Amino acid sequence: MNPDHAEDIKKSVRKYIVVFVALMALTVVTVAISTMHLNVKAAITIALVVATIKGSLVASYFMHLISEKKVIYATLILTAVFLILLMLLPVSTYLDRVVH
Amino acid sequence: MNIPYTSTARPDTGLYNAKLGIWLFLGSEVMLFGALFSSYVLLRVAAPAWPHGYELLNIPLATVNTIILISSSVTMVMSWASLMLKQFNKYKMYMGLTILCALAFLVIKYFEYSHEFIEGRFPSTSSYLGLYFTLTGLHGLHIVGGIIVNTYLWGPGSKMWQTDPQRFTNRVEVAGLYWHFVDLVWIFLFPVLYLL
Repeated sequence: MNPDHAEDIKKSVRKYIVVFVALMALTVVTVAISTMHLNVKAAITIALVVATIKGSLVASYFMHLISEKKVIYATLILTAVFLILLMLLPVSTYLDRVVH
Repeated sequence: MNIPYTSTARPDTGLYNAKLGIWLFLGSEVMLFGALFSSYVLLRVAAPAWPHGYELLNIPLATVNTIILISSSVTMVMSWASLMLKQFNKYKMYMGLTILCALAFLVIKYFEYSHEFIEGRFPSTSSYLGLYFTLTGLHGLHIVGGIIVNTYLWGPGSKMWQTDPQRFTNRVEVAGLYWHFVDLVWIFLFPVLYLL
């Protein structure tokens, strides 16, 4: 095996450990915040922000999205567009109330 | 007939075929779970009252499960890195740990479900519990699927390391991408169902 390549993998392994520690810390943060029983809006916002940071860490480092080929990014952009549309569908019920 | 581009990259995509394949599959999985999350939002905003997950469910057990699943994601990526470093024995150890973590997750989930049933809480009890059982049940099925694939790659499937190590490494990477996605879904399910 190419020694440079082996060195790259070893560097990645060190990153995985750092990400693991960060994910554990953020899990503690999520649970700690929930025990404070904030109002619903604040609780939802903070929980989703922390979950998004954790999800981004998993996707970027464990799933290697931080350095991937363009065709995968293209697939994911398309997925993200449709996911946003899907999540906005419940909002259409509010539009109904405004129009009628 | 030989399946093309199982170990080498296809010139136009720059990827071996299975990698693009798993990402397309994960795109469809995003839509599957996305539809259920969207249903959650619709039902929750329309409900006159919504229970707090922490009043009904066991937060310490779910926190332990979160830690177990995140740990399994790390052992999964370490199993792939071990193959990249040509350390097959370490691969077996990390993949074995990943499978054990997955089994531990399911055992804890079993205790959680049993407790709900004993307390008389079923999917038909309320919209919240309907969503809870649907989302965690679908996620649990994904865990079972991951255990089956990972056990194959740990056991009989690992013979491929002797004949075609690159293709085997790619298989482990693809199984890993799926596994990390299952972890990612849980990262959102945990606060949404248990903590809010």
